[in-house]
Amino acid sequence: MPKLTSTRRDLLKLAGGAAVAGAVPILTLRPLEATPSTLNTAIRNVVGEAQVQTGKVKIDIPPLVENGNTVPMTVSVTSPMTETDHVKSIHVFNEKNPLPNIGNFYIGAYAGRAQIATRIRLADSQKVVAIARMSDDSFWSASADVIVTLAACTEEVY
Amino acid sequence: MASTLINVPPKAKRGDIIEIKTLTSHIMETGFRRTAAGDLIPRNIITSFTCRYNGNEIFRADFFPAISANPYVSFFTIAKESGKFEFEWTGDNGFSATASASITVA
Repeated sequence: MPKLTSTRRDLLKLAGGAAVAGAVPILTLRPLEATPSTLNTAIRNVVGEAQVQTGKVKIDIPPLVENGNTVPMTVSVTSPMTETDHVKSIHVFNEKNPLPNIGNFYIGAYAGRAQIATRIRLADSQKVVAIARMSDDSFWSASADVIVTLAACTEEVY
Repeated sequence: MASTLINVPPKAKRGDIIEIKTLTSHIMETGFRRTAAGDLIPRNIITSFTCRYNGNEIFRADFFPAISANPYVSFFTIAKESGKFEFEWTGDNGFSATASASITVA
């Protein structure tokens, strides 16, 4: 019976090796994906060491989209928009696109209302994060999860 | 010259908050797509958009490849005085487009 055991081990080793070998190409196929750590780095690049609080910001985005190439998104921030208390900028990030940034939008007290709208691309079902910088340099954030059935960015062009 | 579409209310009362909507024709090539032959298509996007109201900057945006083709942006401002809104888009490969719109504030 020792013979059989060793064969089984060999087989398992082989199977394990194949699984590892199989996993490597999968990993290298998607090196450009913005992982949560690149998302964090991108956010840190904007906010620095400041603490990001949750609240005040609202993301309006469909929870389920068929086409990730054009996803309507509105970001609004609760703020009186006065000279002394207003939103300076709104930054939008994503979790899984090849790049973590989506857009930076700079406004001020003269905007009257802290709200912007645009259309974005999403390469996968993922989280979208919006961060607002206030006039007192505090940061507020909100996030929204979006399920995408047809991904953007990755299709071939013929 | 890229074609642009601007929506600014032609008239407003002083102090009104008005919405400005802008649309530009641009492919916004991400730089991550490949041809069937496997060649990477170089990035070609609009990187910056600015709006000035009688010379003062009231809105600016940095775009990344995650902004959809034919970028649409809407934002708000307070109608302070009659005058002109000037819009400017700049991007890769020396792309530049401008547009303007007038408003009468009573």
